[in-house]
Amino acid sequence: MKTLAELNAIRDQMKNRVAARREVEDGIRVVVGMATCGIAAGARPVLNAFAEEAAKIDDGSVIVTQTGCIGICQYEPVVEITLPGQEKVTYVKMTAEKAKEVFEKHVKGGTPIAEYTIGAEKK
Amino acid sequence: MVRSHVLICGGTGCTSSNSTAIMEKMKAELEAVGLQDEVSVVLTGCFGLCALGPIMVVYPEGTFYSRVSVDDVTEIVNEHLVKGRPVKRLVYDETLSGDEILSLNETGFYKKQHRVALRNCGVINPEVIDEYIGADGYQALAKVVTEMTPEEVIKCILDSGLRGRGGAGFPTGRKWEFASKVQSDKKYVCCNADEGDPGAFMDRSILEGDPHAVLEAMAIAGYAIGSDEGYIYVRAEYPIAIKRLQIAIDQAHEYGLLGKNIFGTDFSFDIQLRFGAGAFVCGEETALMTSIEGKRGEPRPRPPFPAVKGLFGKPTILNNVETYANIAQIINNGPEWFSAMGTETSKGTKVFALGGNITNTGLVEIPMGTTLREVVEEIGGGIPNGKKFKAAQTGGPSGGCIPASLIDTPMDFENLIAIGSMMGSGGLIVMDEDSCMVDIAKFFLAFTVDESCGKCTPCRVGTMRLLEILNKITDGNGEMEDLDRLEELCNYIKSASLCGLGQTAPNPVLSTLRYFRDEYIAHIRDKKCPAGVCKSLLSYTIDAEKCKGCTLCSRVCPAGAISGTVKQPHVIDLTKCVKCGACMEKCKFGAIERK
Repeated sequence: MKTLAELNAIRDQMKNRVAARREVEDGIRVVVGMATCGIAAGARPVLNAFAEEAAKIDDGSVIVTQTGCIGICQYEPVVEITLPGQEKVTYVKMTAEKAKEVFEKHVKGGTPIAEYTIGAEKK
Repeated sequence: MVRSHVLICGGTGCTSSNSTAIMEKMKAELEAVGLQDEVSVVLTGCFGLCALGPIMVVYPEGTFYSRVSVDDVTEIVNEHLVKGRPVKRLVYDETLSGDEILSLNETGFYKKQHRVALRNCGVINPEVIDEYIGADGYQALAKVVTEMTPEEVIKCILDSGLRGRGGAGFPTGRKWEFASKVQSDKKYVCCNADEGDPGAFMDRSILEGDPHAVLEAMAIAGYAIGSDEGYIYVRAEYPIAIKRLQIAIDQAHEYGLLGKNIFGTDFSFDIQLRFGAGAFVCGEETALMTSIEGKRGEPRPRPPFPAVKGLFGKPTILNNVETYANIAQIINNGPEWFSAMGTETSKGTKVFALGGNITNTGLVEIPMGTTLREVVEEIGGGIPNGKKFKAAQTGGPSGGCIPASLIDTPMDFENLIAIGSMMGSGGLIVMDEDSCMVDIAKFFLAFTVDESCGKCTPCRVGTMRLLEILNKITDGNGEMEDLDRLEELCNYIKSASLCGLGQTAPNPVLSTLRYFRDEYIAHIRDKKCPAGVCKSLLSYTIDAEKCKGCTLCSRVCPAGAISGTVKQPHVIDLTKCVKCGACMEKCKFGAIERK
């Protein structure tokens, strides 16, 4: 290694891995239900889609994590997104494609996609 | 795509309770359920809460598992990593609040801590240089060699107010400045990793958890003073630290971060390891350098100071591991960032190794000026078994005891010296009401007597005489004049010894004499040990009223000193009694008294 650019290339590649291991305050939390019901309904690709999108934002401000059964198994895969200081938004029957869209508009843009939420589904 | 990180502590404490096997099992189990690409398993350095090891932390949730065993791994994988349900029975109970799992930073142990020197410990894999680089590693070295002059580097360290973390608290920047101004064809940068205070292990944890931080700082120091060669003097008793340091040096070489023409500049720097055989005196700077030279590790008079004439007779700077661990961050974040932490004269943070009669033993890093009360009661979780706090010993064999009346003292270099103790390397041993302060002074003095190198008479003979007087007192043969003799001798040793070892060796005696003189007097005049520790001054008796004659005590007595018939009160023959206390432990009726 002879230049700072080479050092920075390694840093940028590793940054997310290391950043994910520190406690983040005021981060955006994306929680994917990963109980048996969630996994059976396809939660794993949803989780991975969110994790991939989060990795593209470099600063580690988005925490993608999993949780157990939320209790609404008929709506799985269920994803809960909490922006700092805001109410939790619950998305239901998620797919990897929907996940990317939600990440773009809600997590990055700040506007929930109402039609995918549990409120819309129940009507 | 990695979505979860399982961090397993690979520090000495957790390694000795089998964390390596836990890691192997974790990898195998993850593969069995097909998660090996989604979950990364990282063997890290020390988390600090050594009492709860082996420790495992799962991120991004930050779930903190304590006392994990190999048998728990399958459950953690199947429940937590597959289904997202943390295994609550293994979660550190301080992070459990009803059904909720709190962040680690909300627990008493971590809440007041501020991690600078330990920043990467328990976060990165110390054996993978890329992880250190990912945590902004080697950015400071790059900045220093490509953008800054040596004078600017020294000014930055001076402005930060950083003082040596090894004990004496000498301003690091001043040390570098002296060495930089001396003209010489060769200069050396040394790292003192000969951590010898009983109970202190912060340097080991940094070397094990973040070895590159030390290498990077040494290279920066080399650039600042105009040196191209460094030595790390590390104890041979630290095998994990040595292994990781060597891996780190090799990796840094491979990346060109050590070696010739670093970052394409004219600056070259190399680091070698030297192993100490465990002599306490080799932590003293001149003895350390003599030992690196391959000679017997003995101190020599100063001046000349090492900055003028050090290793192999060349200008040398020697800093402690923890001091180095602060350097890169001061360069990256600026001196103001560092000097904003701490007190007027002591900037930054200090790592303490918390031990003794305290609930949470382990490593804590706190801003300078944090009070002893905060450390003992909040971070340390208080004294176990409902006992009372009696004193805290800081600074190891060079330090002294802080009594309960001074528990609100903000801890920094000056305050600790003012109350007769010292920062030392940061050992902090908490003692409850069952500790005898004369016995504590004896313990530390016995250590310095063993470790005195023997070169100068005040230390070699003086400490031995001190110990003899203390033994006389705890054996019940003390006279009141002994207290004056102790003080007089202490002052001679302090003023006449050659090196820091002898100059500070009397501190444990002086500080206990200052704050616990009544205990010394009780030993001498009343022939009593108030804490019930000094065996010669104890006697065990059986209260005939309470004794039910169960015979249990006479059966456990190893000396056959207890006699009596069944259902009749027993008696102890004091001439035969060896004062082991076995009878007292076994008696169900509280009939045995120790006085």
